Amino acid sequence: MYSDYASLRAWAEGEVQRTRPPDRTRILIGLGTCGIAAGGLDVLTALREKLADMRVPAEIVPVGCIGMCFEEPLVDIVRPGEPRICYAKVTPKSVPTILEEHLLHNNVRKDLAFAVIGDEPYDGIPSWKQLPFFATQRRTVLRNCGFIDPESVAEYIVHDGYAALAKALFEMTPESVIEEVKRSGLRGRGGAGFPTGMKWEFCRKSPGDHKYIICNADEGDPGAFMNRSVLEGDPHSVLEGLLIAAYAIGADHGYIYCRAEYPLAIVRLRKALEQARALGLLGEHIFGTDFSFDVTIKEGAGAFVCGEETALMASIEGKRGMPRPRPPFPAQKGLWGQPTNINNVETLNNIPPIILNGADWFAAVGTEKSKGTKTFALTGKIANSGLIEVPLGMPLREIIFEIGGGIPKGKKFKAAQTGGPSGGCIPSSMLDIPVDYESLTAAGSIMGSGGLVVMDEDNCMVDVARFFLSFTQSESCGKCIPCRLGTKRMLEILERITRGEGQEGDIELLLELCETVKLGSLCGLGQTAPNPVLTTIRYFRDEYEAHIKEHRCPAKVCKALITYRISEEKCTGCTLCARNCPVGAISGERKKVHVIDPAVCTRCDTCRQVCNFDAVLVE
Amino acid sequence: MTITLTIDGKTVSVKEGATVLDAAKEAGVYIPTLCADEDLLPFGACRLCLVEVQGDRRPMLPSCTTPATDGMVVRTSSPIIDKTRRNVVELLLSDHPEDCLTCPQNNRCELQRVAAYVGVRTNRFRGEKHAYPIDDSNPFYRRDLDRCILCGKCVRTCDEIQQLGAINFAYRGFRTKIATVLDRPVATSTCESCGQCVDKCPVGALYPEAWLRYGLPAAETKTICAYCGVGCGLILQTRGNTVVGVRGDPDNPVNHGRTCVKGRFGYEFINHPDRLKKPLIKKDGAFVEATWDEALDLVAQRLASVVREHGPDAVALLTSAKCTNEENYLLQKYARGVLGTHNVDHCARL
Repeated sequence: MYSDYASLRAWAEGEVQRTRPPDRTRILIGLGTCGIAAGGLDVLTALREKLADMRVPAEIVPVGCIGMCFEEPLVDIVRPGEPRICYAKVTPKSVPTILEEHLLHNNVRKDLAFAVIGDEPYDGIPSWKQLPFFATQRRTVLRNCGFIDPESVAEYIVHDGYAALAKALFEMTPESVIEEVKRSGLRGRGGAGFPTGMKWEFCRKSPGDHKYIICNADEGDPGAFMNRSVLEGDPHSVLEGLLIAAYAIGADHGYIYCRAEYPLAIVRLRKALEQARALGLLGEHIFGTDFSFDVTIKEGAGAFVCGEETALMASIEGKRGMPRPRPPFPAQKGLWGQPTNINNVETLNNIPPIILNGADWFAAVGTEKSKGTKTFALTGKIANSGLIEVPLGMPLREIIFEIGGGIPKGKKFKAAQTGGPSGGCIPSSMLDIPVDYESLTAAGSIMGSGGLVVMDEDNCMVDVARFFLSFTQSESCGKCIPCRLGTKRMLEILERITRGEGQEGDIELLLELCETVKLGSLCGLGQTAPNPVLTTIRYFRDEYEAHIKEHRCPAKVCKALITYRISEEKCTGCTLCARNCPVGAISGERKKVHVIDPAVCTRCDTCRQVCNFDAVLVE
Repeated sequence: MTITLTIDGKTVSVKEGATVLDAAKEAGVYIPTLCADEDLLPFGACRLCLVEVQGDRRPMLPSCTTPATDGMVVRTSSPIIDKTRRNVVELLLSDHPEDCLTCPQNNRCELQRVAAYVGVRTNRFRGEKHAYPIDDSNPFYRRDLDRCILCGKCVRTCDEIQQLGAINFAYRGFRTKIATVLDRPVATSTCESCGQCVDKCPVGALYPEAWLRYGLPAAETKTICAYCGVGCGLILQTRGNTVVGVRGDPDNPVNHGRTCVKGRFGYEFINHPDRLKKPLIKKDGAFVEATWDEALDLVAQRLASVVREHGPDAVALLTSAKCTNEENYLLQKYARGVLGTHNVDHCARL
């Protein structure tokens, strides 16, 4: 139990010295979900075995995602007094070479090393800040991800952790904390972009016996993993943000509503709560003050709609996750009927640096109305898929072509979907759009929580709209009619068009349904569900018309509208396609031209993918 | 505090806490709804009661959940409101059977009324329709989910009024439906068959089994339930001398329209051929019809002789919950004061 920050910090420094002595080599391994999915655990085993074999003393430190998911598994070696060298795409096979060369022969292999995680290049290896992926990024939310052991509270404290909480408790009133957040211009990072300080103020001023604060960690957009990476890589930072918010609004209990599909995040959150309780940073009389607060983790059962505030609260209360109309607003009558404030993971993660560095520091980054940075999960047809954090207002082109490294295989960029199923597609003609709340809304999309899916010339925009609609339709809670039945009928029309059965008037019917669903739906899920359809019609109407009028899919995606044929000129009769066809649709003798039977072919694309001579044509 | 607002040009005053929908009712302005009910909390699901509030940044607000505020200027109709309402009803009809004339709810149906009001004239949204089996496991009422519009009135009635929670929304998206626990047939669920959900159902998704056998009632008569001493108000629905239905009397201060399974569904004994209407006395091994005087004389005579021969404690009196408290009091008075025994009991204690 510590009643001032200096003694807590002193304890943490001693603890880090004791457990991670600076005179020992440290090996950092990325073990977020991305690292694990890429084979990180096998690499970890190989590291342990080789180190034992070499009898070299070294500390293995598991860290969260640094953002370069496309280069995972990442292993960094830090020898005392030397910079941190990062090796990318490490396999159990390459582990012995890397360790022997680096640790035994003092030979940092330039062909294997990826970058220096430090300000200066080293021996011809570039600093990570020189890499296009990182050069223009600005890491506020992700400041600790990939740098600290997420399961060590001491490491977090040594990186200024809980200093903002101490500052708020000892030097600021709840009102001045709210004022600071208001001045910073921070807006909700969950998607809607409501000013955070104002939201806190409503809750602070709302009368109630108890007040609650909830961290919304129910990240559900397909392709989004910003919050997961933060929870896995820096859980204490989320907790510190939650504590400061609780102090500001006067809450005595908090909930972290995290989807059960994030098991690693939940494990790390639980550990963080235990550690914070043991240090008196959570529970009765935090830092010896009158401020008492504790947190419960609630695992969500996997409903997209539970990311909506009122549905989320119903779910915590043990009811069906179903939105209710506002008013009353959560700040008036929220969880268990008490004033409640709900913030997204990333919003809370921004709080400690704002309190520590001041509102002006935060507001210096971004645009006039969109301050600070924003994380994005860069996925789809992009060279560098991963987690990034950029100043708000950065042009979309810069994000995709500089940080993201552009489109692989020399393909042409077609569109980017921001905001997941609630957002819209932004076409290539609008690549210079600054990524901020207002500009994205004006383009028919939304900022959303940070999903950024890139599409190239091989994506059919009607099919993209159909995909997002199938998601929102199956995730609609079914309560209100426009969302439950409107999205169903829209999906049916889109399915009809992609099957080549579209009719004259379908686009107009879609637009009318879009309007009814957007204006008539009860909650944000329904109100934003038409966005993918509206934007694809707005920017790619020609593709819809090609499907409907010419029964043609320009991107050659919609299976009912394409046929596979083998080029007589190119086929060498290697039989590879015939052997791989899962339905036996390909016939032909060795060294003779093969033929696809269109009646049997399921257009699964396997033959085209296996052919070494580009002989399979899609028409 | 009183709030004064204008709805479609009519000025109306309501109490603080009233919604725009309440105020519209007060002003005599009809706003179509399918999920609003004055006995239930606002739900905001059907999206039909959308209105325009002058100065609000949102183009339409649901009147059922929007609090009325002083000086508010409300319009209940505009081109976009009318269009949205029509499309919402058209969407509902796209997943609804087209068998109004043979539906048990025909001419009582709220959906018919609303569709007629908003003027749906097309069915452009045809697509997949639900085809659930009818749940006829419960002897008192039927459940035909193909007709269900998911207004949630049954769920909320069970939850808020009966406080049982036997049913809830289940599944998601187009597959959303009202289900019992584990989605089992009603008869094997926790349902108590109080029938209040059946009463609230605006469409033909829940209807009394008797409606399959009878058409609309010709007359309604207020009465008091004879099943127990609570004295719930009932409204008997009749055709000629036949009782074809019962509903709770909403104006009765005892039950405010609520009933239990007996009051609502236990009425068919009234017209049953086996119903005992006169006392029977067994003579030579067979029951013979008798007058009340004959029967009561026989009972008095036998009681007196048993008491005389075996003492008062050889007799016990058992009374019924169908009697009033006063009647039960009189019976124990008779046992103690006249017969001289404490052997009194009541069926509710068994």
